[in-house]
Amino acid sequence: MSAPSRRMVLGGGALTVFFALAVPAGAQEGHGATAGLPGDLKRQPRLDSWIRVGADGRITVFTGKAELGQGIKTALLQVAAHELDAPLAQVDLITADTGLTPNEGVTAGSHSMQDSGGAIRNAAANVRWLLIEAAARRWSLPPAGLTTGLGAVQAPDGRSLPYGALATALDLAIDARPDVPFRPPGRGPVGRDVPRIDIPAKLAGGAAYVQDFRPEGLVHARVIRGPSEGTALGEVDIAGARAMPGVIAVVRKGRFLAVVAEREWQAIQAQQRLQTAPSHSTAQRPNDIHAWLLAAPAQAQVILDLGEAAGGAPTASAAYTRPYLMHGSIGPSCAVAHLQDGELTVWTHTQGVFPLRRAIAQLVGLPQENVRCRHFEGAGCYGHNGADDAAGDAALIAMALPGRPVRMQWMREQEHGWEPLGSAMVTHLSASLTPEGRVGSWRHDVWSTPHNTRPQEAGRLIAGAEVDPPFAAPPPQPIPMPEGGGDRNAIPLYAFPAARVTNRFVPEMPLRVSALRSLGAHMNVFSIESFMDELALMARADPVTFRLTHLEDPRARDVVAAAARQFGWQAWRRMPGRGRGFGFARYKNLGAYCAVALEVEVEPVTGTLSVGRIVSAVDSGQAVSPDGIRSQIEGAIVQSLSWTMIEQVAWDSDQRTSFDWGAYPILRFPALPKSVEVEVIDRPTEPFLGTGEAGQGPTAAALANAVADATGKRLRDLPITAEKVKAAIG
Amino acid sequence: MAGRATRSLLSLTIAASLALGADAAQAPPPSSPAGGGAPFAGGRPFATPFGVIYSTNITPDRPPPNHLIPPLGFRPLLASWQALSPRPTSPEPPGLDAAGRRGAELVAGLGHCGSCHTPRNSLRAEDADRPLAGAMAEGWYAPPLQADSPAPAPWTTDDLETYLRTGLSDHHQAAAGPMGAVTRELSQAPEEEVRDMAIYLSALMSRANRPTPVDQAAAAARAWPQGAQIYAGACASCHDAGSAMRRQGRPSLAVGTPLDEDRATDVIMIVLEGLTPPEGKAGPYMPPFADSLTDAQVVQLTAYLRARFSRERPWKDIPGAVRTARKGAP
Amino acid sequence: MTILRLNGSTRSVVSTPETPLLYVLRDELGLRGAKFGCGLGQCGACTVLLDDRPVFSCLTTLGSVGDRAVTTVEGLGTQTAPGPMQRAFEAEQAAQCGYCIAGMVMRAEGLLRKTPKPSEAEIRAALAPNLCRCGTHMRILRAVRHAAETTS
Repeated sequence: MSAPSRRMVLGGGALTVFFALAVPAGAQEGHGATAGLPGDLKRQPRLDSWIRVGADGRITVFTGKAELGQGIKTALLQVAAHELDAPLAQVDLITADTGLTPNEGVTAGSHSMQDSGGAIRNAAANVRWLLIEAAARRWSLPPAGLTTGLGAVQAPDGRSLPYGALATALDLAIDARPDVPFRPPGRGPVGRDVPRIDIPAKLAGGAAYVQDFRPEGLVHARVIRGPSEGTALGEVDIAGARAMPGVIAVVRKGRFLAVVAEREWQAIQAQQRLQTAPSHSTAQRPNDIHAWLLAAPAQAQVILDLGEAAGGAPTASAAYTRPYLMHGSIGPSCAVAHLQDGELTVWTHTQGVFPLRRAIAQLVGLPQENVRCRHFEGAGCYGHNGADDAAGDAALIAMALPGRPVRMQWMREQEHGWEPLGSAMVTHLSASLTPEGRVGSWRHDVWSTPHNTRPQEAGRLIAGAEVDPPFAAPPPQPIPMPEGGGDRNAIPLYAFPAARVTNRFVPEMPLRVSALRSLGAHMNVFSIESFMDELALMARADPVTFRLTHLEDPRARDVVAAAARQFGWQAWRRMPGRGRGFGFARYKNLGAYCAVALEVEVEPVTGTLSVGRIVSAVDSGQAVSPDGIRSQIEGAIVQSLSWTMIEQVAWDSDQRTSFDWGAYPILRFPALPKSVEVEVIDRPTEPFLGTGEAGQGPTAAALANAVADATGKRLRDLPITAEKVKAAIG
Repeated sequence: MAGRATRSLLSLTIAASLALGADAAQAPPPSSPAGGGAPFAGGRPFATPFGVIYSTNITPDRPPPNHLIPPLGFRPLLASWQALSPRPTSPEPPGLDAAGRRGAELVAGLGHCGSCHTPRNSLRAEDADRPLAGAMAEGWYAPPLQADSPAPAPWTTDDLETYLRTGLSDHHQAAAGPMGAVTRELSQAPEEEVRDMAIYLSALMSRANRPTPVDQAAAAARAWPQGAQIYAGACASCHDAGSAMRRQGRPSLAVGTPLDEDRATDVIMIVLEGLTPPEGKAGPYMPPFADSLTDAQVVQLTAYLRARFSRERPWKDIPGAVRTARKGAP
Repeated sequence: MTILRLNGSTRSVVSTPETPLLYVLRDELGLRGAKFGCGLGQCGACTVLLDDRPVFSCLTTLGSVGDRAVTTVEGLGTQTAPGPMQRAFEAEQAAQCGYCIAGMVMRAEGLLRKTPKPSEAEIRAALAPNLCRCGTHMRILRAVRHAAETTS
């Protein structure tokens, strides 16, 4: 039996594949930590959880991480093929599936390369070594003299055994060892720009997304809710909707309401008809969210205490704010659910198939083992968007229609209105400068509502709160250091003699919130890096020099210097109305290092900003896919520009009013920067460092600093819109 | 008080002329083959009610000369030309208070509402005998702002103030065409001045016997079946009850002024061009249908909309109006 | 029944005439290139060509297509034999999540059919109706330039 192709696994042929790849007992959930193993091998040390070798030579690699558009599938394949010393084309990858893959939690926090990449690399090195040993036994030769190449073990005398021929002699139901040497970089796909495996299908109308998934007998569902979270519907005309063409069912469980039709357009029309019902607000939304944050009950925690400065009062202080931001996936959330013989399968673009399975099992009242969540790509999510809620919706509807696969698709305004937002935040910073122009003491306080309400329980799904009786949502918790939530990256990487950083976690959520790319790091880095420029100005120091003065980490210094050099910081030509800005951070102080330099032009009458050239330098440790890193950083820069210059969620006493791309605009092509260049600093002997979120904060700060440089005015309230610039320059 | 108002609106007027920066023109003028110049180089064309104006730029490249409707061809003269030009005397509705009189001064003077809404005489000056009686401007129809206003719902002072300041009234419509840029500028003007203008204009437009909004869907569909089909698939998902827009309080087409105007121009223009907020700014968004609908389909749709949402008699020569509008469209 | 000229062949479809073309393509004909992004004509994920003009298929009714030729991304080439615009996007690796990409390709295709050698400003203006959330814009611009340079 040959291993299935990726497309079979992701698309049709589901059951065949499932049985063919029956999971060995113990391969998914770990049986205890194993010291010295990297990444998620610590949680699941069994080799066959990660890699299996077929008699036909095909190698199947399993990851609990999901492709979110970040290119993780290609990068993980590169890692596996490199360490196995097999051609890329010989390796298949199966991603997050509660029926098949190891449980690696959620795909978030720029952890995939560190956790799954690290695990797969080590597992692949183990498997390659076991293949060598198997060949050594076959040939009665010492393993030390054998080599590998092109998916085969080779003997010094020229004999060769393909991996497939060794498969039956291979026992992978054993734990990985931490001491197996890695193959050297340079001879294999790691470090090369391998074209992403998912792009051809996406360019030609292949079945790339769960939105495209059409199992036999598919029906179309829409949910009917108020216009946004914090609203509820009044009386609905269910009989009228049932009588509409093509309508199969109207599903109602408590306040949960959905319509199912044979054709998609029919479902949309029935939805619109049901939505003519009146709605009312069920929530209190403060007008001034930042004043509210400062006054709301908060759990304060000092996360860094390097004492008070001897020198007394701070020289400078500043307050910064960030509005609520939206994930704003281009494809509204979607899921397909199918109840068959008491088993519920949910195809979903969630970031965490295992936690979601738990929540859905609770929601629909099935044992967890009867629920299977299979990741199927959606549009980029950038954090916890509507994916899980949509999967919960699909699951509830499918329970009412046994035997029919149900495709549940949110509409645009539902994604805008109901997705959990990135939190609004406030920071207060103060510092003293020594007579030598160095920072003598530093203080940073951050106020934020939660950054993680990911569902592991039905109560955190929208549908869970609508069914009767409703499920209670567990109270949100702060994310502890060193990752942090609202306080992510609140601890400066700079060496200050005295510093105190306090996180003020506000558990109440006037607007629904959860994880958005980089969590609090966007705001904290924006604040720190803005304030560093304010202090540099007071110290009459060049901003880049001022940073280097306070940076001890050599890799941080290298990244700052590289970005400045590539940008031409020293030689940059000053002109009226133009400014240059710099921003730097090491994501979470333990991920990738990223520095951004950019120039901006301010139109004096309108305050309109045009961003010119942007240069970034990034150190992600060993660069598995340099172009993948460039792509992620480019994307982070452009997305962060959009957050920083344009975006803010609006609401009134009735509902969220940011319901479409008119009311919540994001960056469009005409406002793009002139150019974006990314320099990747490869560290072939260092571990992989998470990169996906590293650019958000430095870009925001670089923009604010460039505006201050151009206008002499410091803008501390995001977004930095043309109106605010115009008001500042008068 | 009036003096202060005058000063602030004077600066506003000049700023408005220069600053419609985000309202990049749809079509570049002949002298700008690149369609607006390279990014980061200024010189972007901005469509205004007075013609195409180029942003000031601060790079060494020079912007092309401005294209303004004569006699507005030379920007520094703009304010003084307005000051010298004889202003039509405002009609005075009865019972106007001090605020309303200040509003009248702003409307007739530096608010220059008449430059679009007052018909022009043979010298292209505003016709003093027909102030604010409705006129063509930039290919759009600026409707009457006095008792002849065709609005099917009364313009209260509050409605009008909200509309002028935000470009959207939930009881009427979104500002389209050149009026969109005007409302964006007014959003930056002193609130009491906009309020005064709203007091005056709402009094000027008030009259008895205003038609009430209607929705004659079935009859309209019988008369214009193709138009009804297009509406059902291309328009209803935003404009009908239960849509995202309507659930945000956006108005029904039945209460908007364009469908009750004496010509089809504005309806056709909105269908062809849509509504696009300036880059990076929030506002009502409607896509252009110029490329997806044929002329005949625009005619069908326009006729259907008039039959469905207005008590007025059918428009004459919609095909001619579509042809005219297409000449100005990309 | 409606006859549709689609990607070089003729298809007959049974969807009602008011049905937006997007759902006819995806739901009745099983094509997957054109995407549902907003249903409001604001994001461009559903962009297809009517004759040579890019339109939002989510707001183009089946009945209004008439005898105009519909081209979707499937009509430009296949995964194994991609067309020039698809090859340019592949060469520049101009996709992250890729959900917007089919719409981008069609918008760009429409531009080059009208303006084979567009300026940078013309490319940016032409792509303005289409949204990307991953920030792949700079690569998309490169891909369109690439396509313009390699096709004559």
